[in-house]
Amino acid sequence: MTAQLKFRDVTLGYDRHPAVHHLSGDIAAGALLAVVGPNGAGKSTLFRGLVGILRPFAGDISLGGLDIRDIAYLPQAAEIDRSFPITVFDFVGTGLWRATGLFGGIGKAERGRIAAALAAVGLTGFENRSIGTLSGGQMQRLLFARVMLQDARLIVLDEPFNAIDERTSGDLLALVKRWHAEGRTVVAALHDIDLVRAHFPDTLLLAREPVAWGATAQVLTAENLMAARRMCEAFDDTAAACVADPPSRAA
Amino acid sequence: MSLHAALIAPFTEFEFMRRALAAVIALSLGGAPIGVFLMLRRMSLVGDAMAHAILPGAAIGFLLYGLNLLAMILGGLAAGFLVALLAGVVARSTGLKEDASLATFYLASLALGVTIVSVKGTNIDLLHVLFGNILAMDDQALLVVACNATITLLALAVIYRPLVIESVDPLFLRTVSRAGTPAHLAFLALVVINLVSGFQALGTLLSVGLMILPAGIAKFWSRDISGMICVAVGSAMVAGYAGLVLSFQTRIPSGPAIILVAAGLYVASVLFGTVGGVVRQLFPGRHLEA
Repeated sequence: MTAQLKFRDVTLGYDRHPAVHHLSGDIAAGALLAVVGPNGAGKSTLFRGLVGILRPFAGDISLGGLDIRDIAYLPQAAEIDRSFPITVFDFVGTGLWRATGLFGGIGKAERGRIAAALAAVGLTGFENRSIGTLSGGQMQRLLFARVMLQDARLIVLDEPFNAIDERTSGDLLALVKRWHAEGRTVVAALHDIDLVRAHFPDTLLLAREPVAWGATAQVLTAENLMAARRMCEAFDDTAAACVADPPSRAA
Repeated sequence: MSLHAALIAPFTEFEFMRRALAAVIALSLGGAPIGVFLMLRRMSLVGDAMAHAILPGAAIGFLLYGLNLLAMILGGLAAGFLVALLAGVVARSTGLKEDASLATFYLASLALGVTIVSVKGTNIDLLHVLFGNILAMDDQALLVVACNATITLLALAVIYRPLVIESVDPLFLRTVSRAGTPAHLAFLALVVINLVSGFQALGTLLSVGLMILPAGIAKFWSRDISGMICVAVGSAMVAGYAGLVLSFQTRIPSGPAIILVAAGLYVASVLFGTVGGVVRQLFPGRHLEA
């Protein structure tokens, strides 16, 4: 399979301190990749770089010709104002932005798609509820419905199953597998190692630097997981500027 | 005194009252929807701050041309845009919160404005600038207010979708579109335009009143945003009309009368509103089966 996303010596972070340090690798088109690592490993930072809301300090992320509108991103802590008076139907409908833009109408076909997305996540009947009335699990279902409507070739899910009960995460996982079957590239940050082993063919084990990247069975070994756990999370305020040459140039 | 004499005669008999009514209707159409978005975006006090920020511009217009409405409006617009832009740029480039950034700029701006007016003019001029006079709308001022209302409604229609999405889920909008920042800046510009309109009629201190109070009222009567906008516009018009009548029949100045009526409607809404009103909460009825 061809590479969809290419990371070339990518360093991402905040205030000059790297959170993801010298990451290189490819993600194949149509891959189903789990990103695993302890808290503070840089998973979210990597995703923010991937979807283009954080610019890398160094290195380069190539999206293989994807426009930002071909990417659906489900952040870990969505900044959603749930007190805003908007209905479930309208909120999910915003997922059609790529098709409708500023002025495009929501016609019969679009209404059908919205209804189908709500049905797929089990929220039929909630159309006219305002989003503030939903429970945590229902909210996550709602966000999955919006991702579905975005009809994106790359789907980035940041810890999508946190604080979600078994039945809901089972339903949502089925959706993820459906997206994979449709040939979309799906990247998800996860903490449930058993779930990753059971359902995700590829894994990136991240601890600010990549510990291992490849087929899940080879990546998630006891040794690698121990190595990831030893990661140092704290920023060193007195850290010197990083002078490590990128491997490509050193070679 | 008959009902006709009290409620309708003032407008049929006096042209200045008809002009005031037209001005208040235009103000309601433009300002109330803006107020709803200010409230939903938790920027109610930002509107207030902006109202103070436009003072030095209006004062410079006054300094150069005396009590010429057009000059004061243009000056106010310039000052408002400048402060909004500077505050926005400082907030977005330094990580200082937008409200803190705006607070410093508007305080400096207000001090400058009051200084300019009091150096050149009299206390009466200062009162006029601070409290406006809706009973003295000439053709020019009326046209400006009407134009501003038209511009507001058209521009709002253009930026409505990104503005709503940016209010609910800014991160999502950033990942699908670059329309967020332009929509936000256009919205701030609309806030300024409507403040300058209100400034003519209600003065710098109260011009934000016909934006925020109707929005507060609307929140107690509707659960969705289009409903809120309709209720806000309607209640602003009612407050404007009733305020004018009140001010005509009593000695209360027109600007404060309008805002006081709006405040009365607000209190009634807090008490009896169907969405989260106090009475509804005290007597919610038996809980439902499901």
